[in-house]
Amino acid sequence: MMRDFLLELRGEEIPARMQLKASDDLARLFTEELAKAGLKPAAIESFVTPRRLALIARGLPMETAAVSEEYKGPRTSAPAQALEGFLRKTGLTQDQLEDRDGVWFAVVNRPGQPTADVLTQAVPAIVRAFPWPKSMRWGAASQTTESLRWVRPLQGIVALLGGDVVPMEIDGIVSGRETVGHRFHSTGAISIDGADDYAAKLRAAHVIASHEERQAVIAERAAAAAAAHGYSVIEDKGLVAENAGLTEWPVPLLGDFDPAFLDVPPEVIQLTLRINQKYFVLRDGEGKLAPAFICTANIEAKDGGEAIIAGNRKVLAARLSDARFFWEQDKKTKLEDHAKKLSRITFHEKLGTVADKVERVAKLARWLVEEGIVTPATVTPATTVTPAKAGVSGGSAPTPEMPAFAGMTKEQLADLAEQAAHLCKADLVTEMVGEFPELQGLMGGYYAREEGLDPQVADAIRDHYKPVGQGDDVPTAPVTVAVSLADKLDSLFNFYSIGQEPTGSKDPFALRRSALGVIRLIHENGLEISLKRVFERLRWILEFQLLAATDSSEYPELHDHGDENYNFDTEEGYDVIRYGDKVIYRVKSPDRPTIFRFDDYGNFEATIKRLLDFFADRLKVQQKEAGVRHDLIDAVFALGGEDDLVRLLARVHALQSFVATDDGANLLAGYKRAANILKKEAPHIMSAPAKAGAQGDEAQSGPGLLPSQEHNTLSYTPEPAEAALLAALDAAEPLAAAAVTDERFEDAMAALASLRAPIDAFFEQVTVNDADPAKRAARLALLARVRDAVHAVADFSKITG
Amino acid sequence: MATSNALSFQDMILTLHRYWSERGCVILQPYDMEVGAGTFHPATTLRALGPDKWNAAYVQPSRRPTDGRYGENPNRLQHYYQYQVIMKPSPADLQDLYLGSLIEIGIDPLVHDIRFVEDDWESPTLGAWGLGWEVWCDGMEVSQFTYFQQMGGFDCKPVAGELTYGLERLAMYIQGVDNVYDLRFNDAGVSYGDVFLENEKQMSKWNFEVADTDKLFRWFKDCQAEWQQCIDNDVPLAAFEQAIKASHTFNLLQARGVISVQERASYMGQVRDMAKGSCEAWMKTNGWAQ
Repeated sequence: MMRDFLLELRGEEIPARMQLKASDDLARLFTEELAKAGLKPAAIESFVTPRRLALIARGLPMETAAVSEEYKGPRTSAPAQALEGFLRKTGLTQDQLEDRDGVWFAVVNRPGQPTADVLTQAVPAIVRAFPWPKSMRWGAASQTTESLRWVRPLQGIVALLGGDVVPMEIDGIVSGRETVGHRFHSTGAISIDGADDYAAKLRAAHVIASHEERQAVIAERAAAAAAAHGYSVIEDKGLVAENAGLTEWPVPLLGDFDPAFLDVPPEVIQLTLRINQKYFVLRDGEGKLAPAFICTANIEAKDGGEAIIAGNRKVLAARLSDARFFWEQDKKTKLEDHAKKLSRITFHEKLGTVADKVERVAKLARWLVEEGIVTPATVTPATTVTPAKAGVSGGSAPTPEMPAFAGMTKEQLADLAEQAAHLCKADLVTEMVGEFPELQGLMGGYYAREEGLDPQVADAIRDHYKPVGQGDDVPTAPVTVAVSLADKLDSLFNFYSIGQEPTGSKDPFALRRSALGVIRLIHENGLEISLKRVFERLRWILEFQLLAATDSSEYPELHDHGDENYNFDTEEGYDVIRYGDKVIYRVKSPDRPTIFRFDDYGNFEATIKRLLDFFADRLKVQQKEAGVRHDLIDAVFALGGEDDLVRLLARVHALQSFVATDDGANLLAGYKRAANILKKEAPHIMSAPAKAGAQGDEAQSGPGLLPSQEHNTLSYTPEPAEAALLAALDAAEPLAAAAVTDERFEDAMAALASLRAPIDAFFEQVTVNDADPAKRAARLALLARVRDAVHAVADFSKITG
Repeated sequence: MATSNALSFQDMILTLHRYWSERGCVILQPYDMEVGAGTFHPATTLRALGPDKWNAAYVQPSRRPTDGRYGENPNRLQHYYQYQVIMKPSPADLQDLYLGSLIEIGIDPLVHDIRFVEDDWESPTLGAWGLGWEVWCDGMEVSQFTYFQQMGGFDCKPVAGELTYGLERLAMYIQGVDNVYDLRFNDAGVSYGDVFLENEKQMSKWNFEVADTDKLFRWFKDCQAEWQQCIDNDVPLAAFEQAIKASHTFNLLQARGVISVQERASYMGQVRDMAKGSCEAWMKTNGWAQ
């Protein structure tokens, strides 16, 4: 006969955000714990309210099944100690063992156990080890820190198998069949008969035990209340769940607020209602924010909720008055004056203030425009990779509608980008953002518009944190792109420069997100940008910021350009800068971040390398998520030296197309054969580190090739297939190299494809391991040339299959 | 719920006193020093430590110099009252006791929506933390309810339950008043404004404009030195008073706007060291330290 088991763990209010997870955890742990005894419920139903965590396990047998387990022991001829150990392990004596063909076997029979006994053990174990995010001790038992920990004080346990109480005790709390109903609508104990009357008895005591049902009640009744006033609820599932976690008997009530408050930006009102008060936000018939709210009470009030609505209106009015006060107050000060206060906020103890950061971002944003990286015509939103040069060469088709920034000059764009960057963090010191940090950017945008600044500047201030997550929009407006890129690149470079690199799960400055943001900005806007140059630029910007902080008045010529008259040096532990012969800067080396010490330029290079590797990793992750084969990404990345992400991606995509063709597949096979022979026969012929984009001649005269082998001078007459391969290489190498240099990756692949037939023929007709050492050496060198020619385009050794 | 028969400010206090007195609490008078919150009263901070049973209730004026508004804001004060209850060990029915006190001062929980909303409490200054709730009445936070887990860096053994009522807020609510200065202080025609408006004006001016910052900086240093002397001479209660003084002096320096962001962390660290050090010495003196 099967029975149902009811468990209720009743206590003081469980935080709303923890309830659903706790409910899942209880079901999971319960199932696991019972499985250990061989019990498997037919079904589990979960309940959770602020004051109780409960489950019903359906269809449990009265007893666990008897179990017979067999263990293999030592050979009968084994030493006595082995047998003794086995007996200890099984708890048997020697005469209980079976001798099967010279090996001891033990058969252990475990009789069935009453399910109630299993539960008596299992439930306290689950409670003691329950994975609450935070737990506490309480009451007299907390005299010792060994006492029970729970999310808030645990007050009672209902444990019923069928109609019988399953006895258990946890830190003085004894199981029974009594629980309590709603805190205010019900008095005294409620006696539960079993699983089947649990929910009904609670409902009669004004408790809806099911979280899902309470959510449904809230959603439905809120929608109805809104509709009755001609409004609709702005959907917010998280808020529905939160309110379901704050009530056992939810009663949505609608109240209104003074429409005059609607002057405040709608986002501010929404946050005030939602975050501070957990109210639902409403829309009117035209889709605009309605001057009303819905709160979710936990009682069916005697007066129909009048007092509750009045109280909540009053609280909300005070909150909205504060918000309006902040809004009015903040608007009285220009953003540029707010921005001055940023010098009081530390960005990072080693990186100066937010004002310092803003200054760097402004310089970099301007530079990105002046260098033609971000242009007025930058924006050709691309879902696929566009050839990098298309945007600048003007070869791409013009977008159908002319955007607002069309026709802007480079100088105008540079000015706007610099201005926007200067103001982009100003809202951090406003009252509103102090109250609602999540409004950073957005408020700055509002204040900029109120002040009458250029809309492009206002938009850039608003959107420069974007993209913040995977699904977030990527800015495309040129001013925003410049500021957003500059802000993220500055953070990446500067945190790396002080050794704050993400490790494992630790990424306190969200550099992974910043890097991904940079990648998406570059990729989706098709920007041609050398990250290495950017970082070199940032180094200059920081150098001169440090200089200016030291003393700038005396050196009016000190501008942040790579003027060749500047000379960086170290002298007896001091970093020194000269302009011409004149010493203009002198500071003790150890006082400066290591990366900026002039005697340590290698350190700068190493940092940049790590930073570029970091970008490559992020790009790989991002491309893998987009479904690009990771071995192809590795093949392209393995070449190194490429810091233009758009070019890298173009190459990956060209390679992907190429290996999908017959030529590609066969060339890959030929390449692998050549590489294998080389590995086996001539491991000393190292692969020339072919540099992507390097000139062909340079790549081929690298140290890896046998010095005595000139390409065209052989001491013997080559066989026809050998000669053909030589000729094909002579033709293909310069073509491939030129194509790579010009970023014509399809052409580079085509050049490689021309090698396919000659390689196949070579392997068919020519013996590499010829008895004549000269022939053997020449042919190995030829294979090395094949390998290196392929490597000039991509490292095929990384490609699988 | 504006009702003319609602309790006056002082009757609300008297009602709470009687209520908690009947439940075994020692009714204390305010601590005679400036503190930022009722928790700083040694009856809470120090008595939360150690194994002894302790139940107490008291009103504590709280000084928050930066919250001063020259008497012009209807909700913000640089000096206001908290009603503080501490019960150690925390009784099993503490929530019911608390709700009983609300009913006593005129809040009917079948008319008003009372909710316990998660709010974990942490005071880095006191090296203390606890779990609990803020209690909402019709969407307004009226109390803090905390089970202390650690104080001064020490585990609370046993755990104390702490209740903090915002008295002005509660009174404004039950009297149905929008401006704190309009509260009926008693039933003989005296308003909260009659008692405190001038005080708010003058103290706001002193806090923000007049206080001599050189002296304040010196006081802070003197408190530190005196604190050390107290520790060296094994009088932790006196040491704790110096920590309280330093903390308030720091709050005044903040209000005067002479502490930079960078310095702020350092000053807070110094106050924390003094507070925690006092707790440590108190534990040692009582023979409770591990």
